[in-house]
Amino acid sequence: MQLWLIPILPLAGFLINGILGRRFSKSLVNAVAIGSVVLSFLWVLKTLLALGALQEPHLEHYFTWIQSGDLVVNCDFMVDRLTAVFLLVVTGVGLLIHIYATGYMAHEGGYYRFFAYLNLFMFFMLVLVLGASYLLLFVGWEGVGLCSYLLIGFYFDKKFATDAGNKAFIVNRIGDFGFSLAMFLIFRNFQSLEFSQVFTKASSAQEWVLTTIGLLLMVGACGKSAQIPLYVWLPDAMAGPTPVSALIHAATMVTAGVYMTARSNVIYNHAPGAASVIAIIGVATAFLAATIGITQNDIKKVFAYSTVSQLGYMFVGIGSGAYAAGVWHVVTHAFFKALLFLGAGSVIHALGGEQDLRNMGGLRKKTPITFWTMCCAWVAISGVPPFAGFYSKDAILAAAYEHSPAIYWVGVITAGITAFYVSRAMFLAFFGEPRGHHHPHESPPVMWIPLAILGVLSLAGGFLFNIPEYLRDIFPPIHEADNPALVYISVAIGFAGIALAYLMYVARPGMADSLANALKAPYQLIYNKYFVDELYDATVVKPLVGGSRLVLWKGVDAGLIDGTVNGVGARARDVGSVLRLLQSGNIRSYAAWVLFGGVALIVMMGLAGGIR
Amino acid sequence: MLSAVPISWFLTLSAVLFALGVAGFLFRRNIITVFMSIELMLNAVNLSFVTFSYHYKSVDGHLFTFFVMVVAAAEAAVGLAIILTVFKNRGTLNIDDVDSMKN
Repeated sequence: MQLWLIPILPLAGFLINGILGRRFSKSLVNAVAIGSVVLSFLWVLKTLLALGALQEPHLEHYFTWIQSGDLVVNCDFMVDRLTAVFLLVVTGVGLLIHIYATGYMAHEGGYYRFFAYLNLFMFFMLVLVLGASYLLLFVGWEGVGLCSYLLIGFYFDKKFATDAGNKAFIVNRIGDFGFSLAMFLIFRNFQSLEFSQVFTKASSAQEWVLTTIGLLLMVGACGKSAQIPLYVWLPDAMAGPTPVSALIHAATMVTAGVYMTARSNVIYNHAPGAASVIAIIGVATAFLAATIGITQNDIKKVFAYSTVSQLGYMFVGIGSGAYAAGVWHVVTHAFFKALLFLGAGSVIHALGGEQDLRNMGGLRKKTPITFWTMCCAWVAISGVPPFAGFYSKDAILAAAYEHSPAIYWVGVITAGITAFYVSRAMFLAFFGEPRGHHHPHESPPVMWIPLAILGVLSLAGGFLFNIPEYLRDIFPPIHEADNPALVYISVAIGFAGIALAYLMYVARPGMADSLANALKAPYQLIYNKYFVDELYDATVVKPLVGGSRLVLWKGVDAGLIDGTVNGVGARARDVGSVLRLLQSGNIRSYAAWVLFGGVALIVMMGLAGGIR
Repeated sequence: MLSAVPISWFLTLSAVLFALGVAGFLFRRNIITVFMSIELMLNAVNLSFVTFSYHYKSVDGHLFTFFVMVVAAAEAAVGLAIILTVFKNRGTLNIDDVDSMKN
């Protein structure tokens, strides 16, 4: 089937654009970047058509990558139905965002560099979902992290952008540390890192081993998928260009944690404790991030916290055993969140770089296409039936109710908050009177056509793609009581959120401000993101920097290492300053030393037993 | 005839010559004299080589003697050239005045 072609094509695009792109014209860069992704997408389609129903995983062996003692890691690619879903999302949504980016980035410097990184990202993301072992998944995992870092810091002449890139990279190292430990434990207990072997052996392993592995994998997922306590990098990651936010920090890379935990479902099925922890982390993240989303004024920050929150939902699904529902939400979220970000990018583009919601308003008339396509995402994320978000979110909430009603109720409240903050962003941006001094213009077709396609997918994605049905063989449906009341409640809360936002931001503008003044203390707490960044700064960053400065730099580096090296040098000088007295320059004294040496040598040889 | 002379006499002569060479090397100040002292030491060693070679009925000693002679000839050529240059540049042959490497 030549699965290797799928990731290799974007890699070729990266190499061509990365090495030669500087001399290319923009249209040639576009052709290489988009062409490679189009070919990759077409090859995915051809492969999936040829593989048909995919009842059994399709495995391709290429070569043995690592062979060392008991450790054998093969370079194998595998396609099963779960991979197929991710392949289509990554290449499909990725393609749309590539096309959009040609319009969005048209006036930016470093054009070829941007598309080279984007193609490199596609390569690693496809390796991540195609890899048939934890180690190969980890290769992709680290690679997408690298591309995320490069693209967040794309505007490298701006300090906040490079800081945000560093933050994302460093916070992810914590998660990767957990992931690495999980892989060591997996190898120690199952003598393999291949998925097929690990999962065969996992069902007969001890529960505490599986729980430990499951929790450590979740540490990795917390880093990559921005969950408590490692979510802090994702909002800052919005410093990158908007297409990057849409592709990497909404639709694909951040769902890698969901993919990895869903892939490890056998482990979590046998470790209910670890699964419960995932569900609790997920729902806590969903709620916390959603509340922060209410108060943000930067349109991209609102959607960033929304992404964190929606990822929390996906983990609620995973933790509740409804892996298929979690993956379904990955797919629908990829549609509507990519659309929200691209729409936000279109708005920012229209306003010449303005990101503050307070300076927008009244854009409905000026940018009608952007408005109507974003409305599709709006109703989808708010859980309005029958649009995409409704199906996946309610599948998750129904499963959560089976798992624990408390998680369900927090999830439902979060759904209401979600509807509220997205509506708030929409009302502030598109309704009312224009508040800024801009001359908005509609985006070019190359930008709004991807928006329109994503809009259709956001509306119809829920009933077009019945992911749980497709993944039935991998994730057997859990027993669910058919409880329509649960659905009515969450839909009603969603509408309530929209209505409340309408009241506060359209019907009675000014109400929001007076409410914020009335509730000053809690408002400030949420507006400042619960001071989590400050807390981490005080408890982790400051001690780490201080310790590095005082102990590692001044103590170990300057004191111990430099001291040793300089000490060796100083001693050599001391010895030399004594020995230089021998070099008197007097030839006859040299002769005397030679004589002395010769006599000493003969005496020593005599003492050692005579000369033979 | 020669065998009548005991080997120790030759070795004693060699040692005396060598000691004279060392003494001249250490205590004379004229570079030419020092140079000749070195030649004296080399030839003292040559004498003991030949003596032992005769005593043990082996040609090894002769062989070494030839090597020493070749090296001594080469050294004499180089050494005399250096002495000439030193004399041209400094106008002296006193060894204690040739100490420009001192500092």
